[in-house]
Amino acid sequence: MSELTTPALRAEALEDLLVEQGLFAPEQLDAIIEMFNERVGPMNGARVVARAWTEPTFKARLLEDATTAIAEYAFEGGQVDKLVVVENTDEVHNVVVCTLCSCYPWAVLGLPPKWYKDPAYRSRIVREPRRVLEEFGLEIAQNKTIRVWDSSAEVRYMVLPQMPERLATADETARAAAVSRDAMIGVALVQ
Amino acid sequence: MNVRELNGAAAPPMTNGELAFEAPWQGRVFAMANALCDAGAFQWSEFQAALIDEISAHESDGTPYAYYERFQAALEALLSRKGLIDRSALNARSEAYHQRPHGHDH
Repeated sequence: MSELTTPALRAEALEDLLVEQGLFAPEQLDAIIEMFNERVGPMNGARVVARAWTEPTFKARLLEDATTAIAEYAFEGGQVDKLVVVENTDEVHNVVVCTLCSCYPWAVLGLPPKWYKDPAYRSRIVREPRRVLEEFGLEIAQNKTIRVWDSSAEVRYMVLPQMPERLATADETARAAAVSRDAMIGVALVQ
Repeated sequence: MNVRELNGAAAPPMTNGELAFEAPWQGRVFAMANALCDAGAFQWSEFQAALIDEISAHESDGTPYAYYERFQAALEALLSRKGLIDRSALNARSEAYHQRPHGHDH
């Protein structure tokens, strides 16, 4: 990249050249950006989690084949071939990473947070998950197993967190609102 | 349920404390990769492989980490390999935009 040009200028030049070649129209880019800014995000995954907590048949389908189980929602944000949902239990805590780049289940969680793409998280969560989770403020009991799931272009993971007791009597909207993005990556619990 | 009615952690990206993109150009580059994949210019797995190459090359040379710059470089590399972009034309166009008088660089 030339020292004189910024990434922004280079992106503009690239876009204009590709538009001139007829590969896409600028309005298509506007639509994709709007989709990720407004309609694709962790609220989608939260709805799935809230339903799985109280509908055992849906939860079973979700854990068996998440790609098919969420198809009925028709979430936007493609480029994900296969979604796998892993369940937190009293014995196992799950956490998700992409060690090589930034693979992430866009359709259910939107785009990844900055720290998810950071080299430190990507390498350390595999080597010392307990310690990294502590840095997120999440202490996992020593007798609990931590499983780290490495996402790839083919398979993306989402964590099904445990439902706290206080949500047992809440309605589905309130339950969904309590499910954070970080809980579905596995670096937090649902409070 | 309308997502705009959700609050707290389940609110849409724009209102849950983290923007999808930190700068407009990052959104443009991200959207370009998606639009090109939709148009059949490449498979997403091909782009992913190019991104992994860019990221690993830069993590070993110690330069500060800038994700979307790697993303953009990966896209350029893949398009160049596919014969869909001419790097010298891209350099020339970027340079021309840089030379624009202020007030025209938006």
